[in-house]
Amino acid sequence: MSLIKSSLARKYVMALSGLFLVIFLILHVTINLASVFSPEFFNEASHFMGYNPLVQFLMQPILIAGVIVHFVMGFVLEIQNRKARDVGYVKYNGAANAPWASRNMIYSGLVVLAFLALHFYDFWVHEMTYKYIEANPQDPTRYYAETVEKFAPVWRTVLYAVSFVLLGLHLWHGFASSFQSMGVNNKYTAGFKKFAKIFAVVVPLAFAFIAVYHHLNPITH
Amino acid sequence: MKLYLKIWRQKDAKSKGAMVDYTLDGVEEDMSFLEMLDILNEDLIAKGEEPVEFDHDCREGICGTCSLMINGRPHGPDSLITACQLHMRSFNDGDEIVIEPWRAKAFPVIKDLITDRSAFDRIQQAGGYISVNTSGRPVDANAIPIEKEHADDSFNAATCIGCGACVAACKNASAMLFTSAKVSQFALLPQGQVEAAERVQNMVRQMDLEGFGNCTNTGACEVECPKGISLENIARMNREYLSATLKG
Repeated sequence: MSLIKSSLARKYVMALSGLFLVIFLILHVTINLASVFSPEFFNEASHFMGYNPLVQFLMQPILIAGVIVHFVMGFVLEIQNRKARDVGYVKYNGAANAPWASRNMIYSGLVVLAFLALHFYDFWVHEMTYKYIEANPQDPTRYYAETVEKFAPVWRTVLYAVSFVLLGLHLWHGFASSFQSMGVNNKYTAGFKKFAKIFAVVVPLAFAFIAVYHHLNPITH
Repeated sequence: MKLYLKIWRQKDAKSKGAMVDYTLDGVEEDMSFLEMLDILNEDLIAKGEEPVEFDHDCREGICGTCSLMINGRPHGPDSLITACQLHMRSFNDGDEIVIEPWRAKAFPVIKDLITDRSAFDRIQQAGGYISVNTSGRPVDANAIPIEKEHADDSFNAATCIGCGACVAACKNASAMLFTSAKVSQFALLPQGQVEAAERVQNMVRQMDLEGFGNCTNTGACEVECPKGISLENIARMNREYLSATLKG
């Protein structure tokens, strides 16, 4: 019981749900990259993810729960943290002792959350409608064309790219910070943290590249 | 040099405070920051005004009493020193200096720049000790071998003077650096390991009860700590707490 109430437990929840979402990002970016290099593999992988019952009815709800736990706990912590300083400073030089990304996780997180709403509307709602409301037959070849078409408008490509920059900033602090929250401190910690920083740059860049690539390379019939 | 000071003035804990402007001339660069405030107070007393109340004791950086937020940074612009070790050579003629008390719900202002930091005492009382019977019989200090690395880390954690700069610097007013230093100093030594699980749980519980914020690993506390207490202590406390709680 003491674990549920404690400030440290809330940090463990943030760290573990964040690490879980990082693992999901690896899977997501790998499949998305296939849309650039092998549309056939992209179609196959997307079809598998869209129709495999284990993915649809077990992994997908766990993923959604992971996202909800992460942002709800983020808001809870933010509210508590604001309460902990009831009278603010007239002059507070936060930039002198901590990087921007670490001080603004709530804002980078809010942008990512707003992006997720758009992203869910673009792809998830579309999938649910296609499969369960319109009850269309399975078509394992549709995914590549649908994805490329999504990035035809400039506004969506720009919104996605900007959101990925904020995702990068969120990961820049969050991924490395999760090791600290879980109390990891051994001879591998420096290596973990370096890997986390590289991840925070490479993965969002890859996502942004995919969006821009499809915008610049529309399907011509 | 001539300085333009903006100082938080608050009559007592219940009153609403405000920033008040003062102009102070004749400040020498060899003066310490607290000596500069002494000069200001002499002027105020001569004018029949109430002097600015601020905490100070040893004035040599070891007691942890002085506690000033200077231009938005705890203990001012320099690293690894307390406000009493800060000298006016760190400022220039004509500078504006904003001086505020530590800001945290758990450190309420008593008067002007003085805050009540007894929350730290209560965290310490919750577990920052070892229960051993002592006697007049001297025991060989080296009777229990301790790894050099552990002895060093424990000593470094023990250099925390409990000034509260970590809380003041943290955007969340978190007391994790202080609490973790006190946990670590004992957790690393065999004498402290007997009560280790109970200690970390009790100290964290008290820290939460006092109303400090959560740690978001920004590292501001480590940068502003006058004793250079490392963030590694927080990782150690997180680990100790997790293991203590899971073991029940």
